[in-house]
Amino acid sequence: MQQASAERPRVSQSRQPAPLSPRASGAGLAWIGRGFLLILAAVVALILARNLLDNPRLFAQIVISGLQLGFVYALIALGYTMVYGIVRLINFAHGDVFMVGSFVSFFAVSRFSLHTWPETAFPGMSPDLSTLIGAISVILLSMVVCAILAVVIERVAYKPLRNAPRITALITAIGVSFFLEFFGALNFVFSPRFIPYQRPFDVYAYYIGGSGIGMVTPSNPAPPDSITFSSIFVIIVITSILMQALLQWLVKRTKMGKAMRASAVDKPTTRLMGVNVDRVISFTFAIGAAFAGLAGVLFAIAYPSIHTQLGILPGLKAFVAAVLGGIGSIPGALVGALIMGQAESLTAGYISTPMRDAVAFTILIVVLLVRPTGIFGEPTGEKA
Amino acid sequence: MNSRSIKVLSVLGAATLMLAACAAPRPAAQPAEAPKDQPAAPAGGEIKVAILAPLSGPVPTFGVSTRDGALLAIEEWNARGGVNGMKIVPIVEDSQCTPDPAVNAANKVIDQDGVKFIIGEVCSSASIPISEIANAKKVLQISPTSTNPGVTVGSDGAVKPYTFRACFIDPFQGQVAAKFALDTLKVRTAFIMLDQANDYVRGLAEFFEKSFTEGGGQIVGKETYTGKDTDFSAILSKVAEARPDMVYLPDYYNIVNLVTKQAKEKGLTMPFMGGDGWDSSDLDNAAADGGYFTNHYSSEDTRPEVAAFIKAYGAKYEGKVPDALAVLAYDAANILLESIKAAGTADDTDKVRAAMSAINFNGVSGNVTFDANNNPVKSAVVLQVKDGKVVYNSTVNP
Repeated sequence: MQQASAERPRVSQSRQPAPLSPRASGAGLAWIGRGFLLILAAVVALILARNLLDNPRLFAQIVISGLQLGFVYALIALGYTMVYGIVRLINFAHGDVFMVGSFVSFFAVSRFSLHTWPETAFPGMSPDLSTLIGAISVILLSMVVCAILAVVIERVAYKPLRNAPRITALITAIGVSFFLEFFGALNFVFSPRFIPYQRPFDVYAYYIGGSGIGMVTPSNPAPPDSITFSSIFVIIVITSILMQALLQWLVKRTKMGKAMRASAVDKPTTRLMGVNVDRVISFTFAIGAAFAGLAGVLFAIAYPSIHTQLGILPGLKAFVAAVLGGIGSIPGALVGALIMGQAESLTAGYISTPMRDAVAFTILIVVLLVRPTGIFGEPTGEKA
Repeated sequence: MNSRSIKVLSVLGAATLMLAACAAPRPAAQPAEAPKDQPAAPAGGEIKVAILAPLSGPVPTFGVSTRDGALLAIEEWNARGGVNGMKIVPIVEDSQCTPDPAVNAANKVIDQDGVKFIIGEVCSSASIPISEIANAKKVLQISPTSTNPGVTVGSDGAVKPYTFRACFIDPFQGQVAAKFALDTLKVRTAFIMLDQANDYVRGLAEFFEKSFTEGGGQIVGKETYTGKDTDFSAILSKVAEARPDMVYLPDYYNIVNLVTKQAKEKGLTMPFMGGDGWDSSDLDNAAADGGYFTNHYSSEDTRPEVAAFIKAYGAKYEGKVPDALAVLAYDAANILLESIKAAGTADDTDKVRAAMSAINFNGVSGNVTFDANNNPVKSAVVLQVKDGKVVYNSTVNP
């Protein structure tokens, strides 16, 4: 591992071989840290097991809300992890691009009724199909706007700093993030209000339990022994998994993916091979932002009240998820995000709701102390 | 220092920065700049009145209504020749419903503009810090809508002599809600959801719980959240588990929209009930359908004062129907100016204060007299969200 890391720059923290003595003491510390983590994990597992046996239905219900959050975080975390993988920049403006995504869909739906265009253009169309096409057009519009926004941000704010110290770009990223939040809060942009979000399609609740599966309506409430979930939960899970697969295919199987992987490893050499690295970087920003835009629409549909600081907390949590999974690793982003979603939801369910953010960021601190490379962060996997 | 520790440090540093930034709604980045009407002073003298309202921050619709209601009252007084021959000059500042910007705005109007009278703030959590400054500097404050008892009475139990309010207080709203739930809705069990960090929400929840249990009801669960939450599914799972007859959610409309929508999607059918924080044009009536809330006034009230006010408000603000915030700000401004008129001076706030304590004012939101704690004695209404509209249900007297 050490010889390899001496030759090729890596995402991992062990890019430069550390001097011998700190490394030795670091190993000792890591042992203590691992022991501590094991004990912590055992305690958490015990508490969870007890609650699971106590009331399995409530437990399942809480896990479902955690999955819903986790899959949204996964979509956002992809953007963090891809951008970090290729330019080593933690793009803090990413959470705000996510916010812009939800606002774009809000204006598309409420102001321009974009979700009804198939109905207007083809009156004979079946309502289900027209809703589907309408919703997909809204989502695509958000994704495209976010992608363009991210490319503009990259060109204006990050590209001139490509050779500056990394901390400069990081501070710029925080600046861009604040700019988007407070520019958005101006009255002629998005306004600082909490805006009730109008959904492009209706969300229904279903129950599943001993008495089968069915839709929850006022006249047909969920039986007491069943688990309820909403249609947006199913949509979020399916979309998120599809997008992960799509990205995996893009990075592993396409020419652009190959160029992205090459740029992540060594930009000057990649350039010598005739690859337009700037274009590759822009493309990476665009893809990450498109996923954030998608996540923004899904998040707003699931939690339909939007405001310009909407992106801060989900953005930070997705960032923690990316660090937890191993920043730079695509499967890591998914795994980290799912863990974050569960941690948050279980904390809210079994400790207290106000503690959930504290737990989320405690995870960040523990990961950075004990295993800064994250779960998938070993410098063997390929980075995108 | 090797690159590893630098990286870890920078990540940590950035994370702390971001955390610090999102913990408090960055007052510095958003200077409190609001439209100002400040014409040149006429020869007969002028009275400066500050209106501190949350024009940005979490509840800007409250701020806009408050400003509009107070400005309407001031305009009417000026049209009638001012107070004791003096013209009233309003100074509007954005106090953001948040302690820090509220304190900055209060200091600005008192120290820079030399204001002796403040109308505001809307939120209890902002009015309380303003009241401390106002009382230290002998500036008379009247809050139109802050319902927390701590606005007019300090934590040591002493009344703040320079702070009044135009609305009834949390104990009364919590009491009315409990009474209504037990007697009219005939519920026996309730679940309380509250934001522990919000004075207003905590106050209502506390007094609801007290009155509800004293009246023979049972609280089957109580869960807290934070004002920045968007996902309430864990709490709502517990509500589904506890199966209460009703849920008491005395928060502002932004939270109510999220909670009631997610509750409907979980298949929860019990009614939600809240306080005047629900009263907003941004309340999602479809999601909150079947819910009830206590409020200061209803536009369906038939008293002549109400009709006259609705007409004047609609004429000035392009047909808008005033909400309770606008009504209370209008009443607060009228109470203040009436007191100045009765005292015969705008320089000695002690005299104005005494006049205000003794006032018997027939306002749009009801007849107002003040008790020993500078709280008004007046009636409350219960409104219902029904078929996408908010309708009048009943009036409850103190």
